[in-house]
Amino acid sequence: MAQRKSLNVNGKAVRITIDDPAMPLLYALRDNLALHGPRFGCGLAQCGACTVHVDGKAVRSCVTPLSSLTAQQKVVTLEGLGTPQRLHPVQRAFIEEQAVQCGYCINGMIMESAAFLAKTKKPTEAQVKDALANNLCRCGTHARVVKAVMRAAGA
Amino acid sequence: MTIHASRRDVLKGGGALVVSFSLAGAVGETLAQGAKPLALTEVDSFLAIDAGGVVTLYSGKVDLGTGVATALPQMVADELDVPLNRVKLVQGDTALTPDQGSTWGSLSIQIGGMQLRNAAATAKAALLEEAAKRLGAKQDELKVVDGVVSAGNKRVSYGELVGGKSFALKLDHTKPAAGKDPKDYKLVGKPVPRVDIPDKVTGRFTYMQDFSVPGMLHGRVVRPPAIGATLESVDEASIKDVAGVVKVVREGNFLGVVAESEWGAIKAAEKLKASWSKSQTLPDAAKLWDEVRASKVVKDEVTSNVGNTAEAMGQAGVKMLKATYDFAIHTHGSIGPSCAVAEFKDGKLTSWSSSQATHNLRKQLATMFGMGADGVRCIYIEGSGCYGRNGHEDAAADAALLAKAVERPVRVQWSRADEHGWDPKGPPTLVDIRAAVDGDVVTAWESEFFIPQQTAGSFNVPLIAATLAGMPAGDDIAPGNIFQNSAIPYKFANVKTVCRRLATTPFRPSWIRTPGRMQNTYANECFIDELAAAANADPVEFRLKYLDPNDKRGIEVLNRAAALAKWDKRPSPKRDQRGDVVTGRGVAYCKYELARTYIAAVAEVEVKRSTGDIRVTKFYLAHDCGQIVNPDGLRNQLDGNVIQTISRTLIEELKYDRSAVTSLDWESYPILRFPQIPELVYDLIDRPSERPWGAGEPAAAVVPSAISNAVFDAIGVRLRSVPFRPDKVTAAMKGAA
Repeated sequence: MAQRKSLNVNGKAVRITIDDPAMPLLYALRDNLALHGPRFGCGLAQCGACTVHVDGKAVRSCVTPLSSLTAQQKVVTLEGLGTPQRLHPVQRAFIEEQAVQCGYCINGMIMESAAFLAKTKKPTEAQVKDALANNLCRCGTHARVVKAVMRAAGA
Repeated sequence: MTIHASRRDVLKGGGALVVSFSLAGAVGETLAQGAKPLALTEVDSFLAIDAGGVVTLYSGKVDLGTGVATALPQMVADELDVPLNRVKLVQGDTALTPDQGSTWGSLSIQIGGMQLRNAAATAKAALLEEAAKRLGAKQDELKVVDGVVSAGNKRVSYGELVGGKSFALKLDHTKPAAGKDPKDYKLVGKPVPRVDIPDKVTGRFTYMQDFSVPGMLHGRVVRPPAIGATLESVDEASIKDVAGVVKVVREGNFLGVVAESEWGAIKAAEKLKASWSKSQTLPDAAKLWDEVRASKVVKDEVTSNVGNTAEAMGQAGVKMLKATYDFAIHTHGSIGPSCAVAEFKDGKLTSWSSSQATHNLRKQLATMFGMGADGVRCIYIEGSGCYGRNGHEDAAADAALLAKAVERPVRVQWSRADEHGWDPKGPPTLVDIRAAVDGDVVTAWESEFFIPQQTAGSFNVPLIAATLAGMPAGDDIAPGNIFQNSAIPYKFANVKTVCRRLATTPFRPSWIRTPGRMQNTYANECFIDELAAAANADPVEFRLKYLDPNDKRGIEVLNRAAALAKWDKRPSPKRDQRGDVVTGRGVAYCKYELARTYIAAVAEVEVKRSTGDIRVTKFYLAHDCGQIVNPDGLRNQLDGNVIQTISRTLIEELKYDRSAVTSLDWESYPILRFPQIPELVYDLIDRPSERPWGAGEPAAAVVPSAISNAVFDAIGVRLRSVPFRPDKVTAAMKGAA
């Protein structure tokens, strides 16, 4: 049955119409709200391509049912993190390090490391690698991703 | 220069190179008439310049996440002397872009870029000739800056010269236009930032997975639980509670669902009850290599034959060495599962996909639906990296089949299990090598590579949907050019290398990054190392002893890799290692396809003897691909090829039972993670006056053998079976003890 669901996405209150409250947040963002930053990779919380922030925490949107979210919880996607005109420091660092090959996983890399850096100000390279251990990249961009995160941390 | 009245007149004017702009009309009009030239022999096939001076490139080679959407415009912008941001790129559209062959083999710069550069140089020569007339100047008085030609204080822009018309110039790629002197390049050779990255890091980039058309529905496929299973029945009532289901599509053994929403399609595909026959067509995984060895051989392809190996090996007193290597079945493992959109309209099919070969896909879809190729247009949209022929084309066929069934545009997004379970696989490879050594000289080398046959004249991997639905598909076997690098760069007196072409292989094969060259180089470069160890020789010196002394670039690459790594000159294995964790270094060398890019690598590893865990700590690479177009793009590609191949070498192996693939996610098919990434060190040899060769996959060719040789150096045990899992390492150590 079609029903309304209220969410707070990228600083705005939004209402969407859904058939199933068990639908993962990923599809609401991509299909209802046309936010393509978060990406479908596995639907199993194994790869990290779908990562968004919920109240500042990195969350796998592909396994987060809409029913688990309130209208007050702040969902932030890659688009909300920064824009081409006002880049988030992590996004800027990814551009400066050219830390992208196909870039399909990069949403997850940026969202995961932005959340990580918010609580770990001066990480070591090993800490960055551990923080990203559950984000998969198939192109082999890892070395540049680590450099970009270190650059964003000002290390 | 003559201005012809029409394009047709120009073409009628004879086959000679006609330096002119036609008045056939603006490019837009030409396209509206369906007359966009696609032949490789015309400038208009590759580029257009509009009245505002914007250059549009039409490239049959596409950016698969490798950066050529920057590098190709970089080459052309430099050749034409226009700013990079005034060059637009159209890629892989069968109605607009010439068929420059599949985007594979690291040929996008080497072949595709050189054809574009030739078109640009040819166009520029004509533009300068016309400019000289209009400005009343001699050609050598002209200067071009940012697409404006000047002589003294007189100026005319490319846009004005072309006047919104198309070029009507012939191209001969065997005799390319002279073009710029490399010393005058302003963009080529520079680390120009990639044009796509800002959009990709801010969520603005439209990947295939983001693409939609008006009225589009969402489809999902329901694959059989076993390869070869027959669909017996479908219970449509099982999904009556799923909202928005439009249709269950059943065509032979093809089953799919179409729904209004993506989530509806996912749920319907999950819940749909269907019954299938049992099918067990796959070999016992534990006996895979026996199966490969026992496969029917359809042809022995001799890839090199020097001297008489049988005679040399029969000489009294020679010492024989032999080894067998195997390399597991791998999946492409794209992070984004394949996706495509298709629409049938007015009897014509439009297919949007991330196919690396839209011109081939067009023919395959035309065959599948019994249409003329004219009825099909395939348009490339960049998706997740594919590293070869993954599931993109199959998703395109799925989408077309579903779109036809519901008479509306349909988007098909594969699940993770669809991608892992059903993309075509890199075939298992088995290699036997033996050599005769007389005193301290290798006198003969023989090898056999057990690899699937290649259907002559076809690189079309059969489309799953066509096969399942019983539509015309062809039963081609297309594993790619996997025979390459079976022959060796070493000059032994007697050499015979043979590809034993097998009639069958367990899974539908295709090419995965560095197909064949990786497996073949792995075996060859491990075995040359075994010969060096048997001769108690330093592995670098041993290779140098047998390389062709006239192949100076190869020798330089090998020496530079050794210098880069501060190579510890001595025979392997390393002596007197103590403790549980021991270290080693290994070298590997390759001249790609024995015809182009040179690569040499040194791997440094740590091996934990108690567990068999291998860690690659540093990876050094010396690389000569001739002229470097974009050094930063090159480094990015080297990173990718090295890291992905370390993953394949140490970890990856497809799992399956007698019915189907069982490694259907990232837990059961793990890949390398961040904590396992080595330090990467490169020496890029730039040769601006040489032609550019491919870069990217050549680097992957040397990774497995460099690691195996480093492990031998560390623990004195040879690893001859990829992946080098810890249990294989400990078993090999026990066997050697």
